[in-house]
Amino acid sequence: MSVKQFRDAIREAMVEEMRRDESIIIMGEEVAEYDGAYKVTQGMLEEFGLRRVIDTPISELGFSGIGAGAAMNGLRPIIEFMTFNFAVVGIDQILNNAAKIRYMSGGQVKFPMVFRGPNASAGQLGATHSVAYESLYAHIPGLKVMYPSEPYDAKGMLKTAIRDDDPVIFLESEQMYAMKQEVPDEEYLIPFGVGKIKREGDDVTIVAHGKMYHIAQQAAKELAKDGIEAEVIDPRCMKPFDFKMVIESIKKTNRCVIVDESHPFAGMAAEIGFVIQRDAFDYLDAPVQRVTIPDVPAPFAKNLFDLWLPGPKQVIDAVKAVTYKN
Amino acid sequence: MAKKADEGFTPTGKVYKSTTLPKPTTKNHKDLGIKDEQLPEIYRNMYLQRRFEERAAQMYQKGKFGGFLHLYIGQEAVSASTVHVLNDDDDIISAYRVHGLALARGTSPNACMAELFGKVTGCSKGKGGSMHFFDVEKHFWGGHAIVGAHIPLGAGLAMANKYQGNGRIAICFFGDGAVDQGSLNETFNMAQLWKLPVIFVVENNGYSMGTAVERHSAGQLHKRGEAYGMKNGVANGMDFFSMVDTLSDIAKEVRETNEPYFLEVKTYRYRGHSMSDPGNYRTKEELEEFRSFDPIERLKTYMFENKLVSEEEIKSIEDEINKEVLDAIDFAEESEFPPASDLYEHVYVQEDFPFHT
Repeated sequence: MSVKQFRDAIREAMVEEMRRDESIIIMGEEVAEYDGAYKVTQGMLEEFGLRRVIDTPISELGFSGIGAGAAMNGLRPIIEFMTFNFAVVGIDQILNNAAKIRYMSGGQVKFPMVFRGPNASAGQLGATHSVAYESLYAHIPGLKVMYPSEPYDAKGMLKTAIRDDDPVIFLESEQMYAMKQEVPDEEYLIPFGVGKIKREGDDVTIVAHGKMYHIAQQAAKELAKDGIEAEVIDPRCMKPFDFKMVIESIKKTNRCVIVDESHPFAGMAAEIGFVIQRDAFDYLDAPVQRVTIPDVPAPFAKNLFDLWLPGPKQVIDAVKAVTYKN
Repeated sequence: MAKKADEGFTPTGKVYKSTTLPKPTTKNHKDLGIKDEQLPEIYRNMYLQRRFEERAAQMYQKGKFGGFLHLYIGQEAVSASTVHVLNDDDDIISAYRVHGLALARGTSPNACMAELFGKVTGCSKGKGGSMHFFDVEKHFWGGHAIVGAHIPLGAGLAMANKYQGNGRIAICFFGDGAVDQGSLNETFNMAQLWKLPVIFVVENNGYSMGTAVERHSAGQLHKRGEAYGMKNGVANGMDFFSMVDTLSDIAKEVRETNEPYFLEVKTYRYRGHSMSDPGNYRTKEELEEFRSFDPIERLKTYMFENKLVSEEEIKSIEDEINKEVLDAIDFAEESEFPPASDLYEHVYVQEDFPFHT
């Protein structure tokens, strides 16, 4: 065991997998000579050389598609986006080619590849640099979507993603890269579709992923001071999603708040909420509440940005609403 | 201050002569290394493509299957020359006007017709339809219908070949409309920068759907390669020998240098963009002129003139193909549709993926 940053955990996952499988390559903007825009790929060029650690031009469509073509023909590419906010100019390659060609070919083609990089907001970067895309990718059949919130999960999940024969969207966060946690030295894998109860409690279930998981934990600590014990579930994987874990928790707590950095309309929270009302209707003592960013683009001004991004206070308010403690 | 655009933006009006063919090669089949006995087989290959599609159009009009149907008729010399020149394990990828290439590569007429009919015996198990023929065992990678979106895939196939050092090259076909997509430009830049062994081929048939090439693309298409330092050229796609002549040199060079090449093939489709297209954007004279260059008739005439084949032999080939295509229709009609369980097959490699409900 040693304490590692989130970025180190991701790098270790890639390095270990590239050592064991020659067909894995990584490509993206600034991944090689620059050592990674966020230093995730630091040192990888030195170890694996220019043949396997490949700097690309700023051509998200081009390198996503070339990566997909290489995946069809025997390679296992890891495509790094400097952020998923930039992936949208090449998103056709992900949503149509990587996700659907297997289906349209009657199973003759596979895309063993990972698209990874930071997702959602990272401070005052303006509206186009601040979008949480997990629900968009999770919407498309053919893709799997992972979104770890801690270094331990990130390493075990990324290794699973790299070894998988299906295309995986692996979401990270600029603001989580420096977070630290104990990470085992020995190998471990975390499967798709398995969430984790990261705080146990009987009074309310809080479901929170990615950066919002940390907000939920802060809220849970505050709530405990008022005698409200929240159970915090980090679903870790967006698709497939561990609905079973959420439903089982609600059977115990009878109340639920979903925290999601997406916009409210048709986001992950909407889907999770639907499944809860269908599968746990008789167990609910209050309507499910959600905390999301508002239905507006990200503002730049500090005061507006702080209003826009949910913090522990909104989570606490939502928990008080479902526990009728207002 | 910019002046007002009194004349509008896209150049308009009927464009006669959308495509000008380069002169055909003067080389004969022996000059090109083609043996006498290969010629009837090449004729068979092109005639199969033609007959298959004529019958497919009839079946479509009879309502035997749905979806879109884009016919390749007129362009058969391009596909036939490609499979003639390339090795069987070189990788081919194309756009949605794809029946001809699949048949040329050797996908059976039965599997192709069944795919049109959406049957489980189709070359994509009925999951792809007309625009998405796949035969990966034969290194035929589809059948892609978002215009230009498969161009980076073609470069990616080549990247994997180069990474693995397997000696294979890739060839990526698209129509003249795809040249206008950003995907082409991003891919060209990277393919040249990374020296990928891929031949990009624009089958310039004169029209991006109903928009003549002069109305949708600025400059000459093959010159798009120049901006990236990519070798490029033009070939006469209505003449099998011309295509073989040009493509042989290119394939040899791409294989040796590991660098890409951009070939503009001037060709012509006799039928509409798809079955619903009456072709009002072009003239009868133009269509008739290109029909007079017909690649299949041209090869037949060449063989007759050089006494390489008898009328009986040609008739026998045509009869065989006609029967083969009719048999393919019977096969397609008699085949089963995919079972309901196939709805959830081939989405993921993972066999027990928990689909959301």
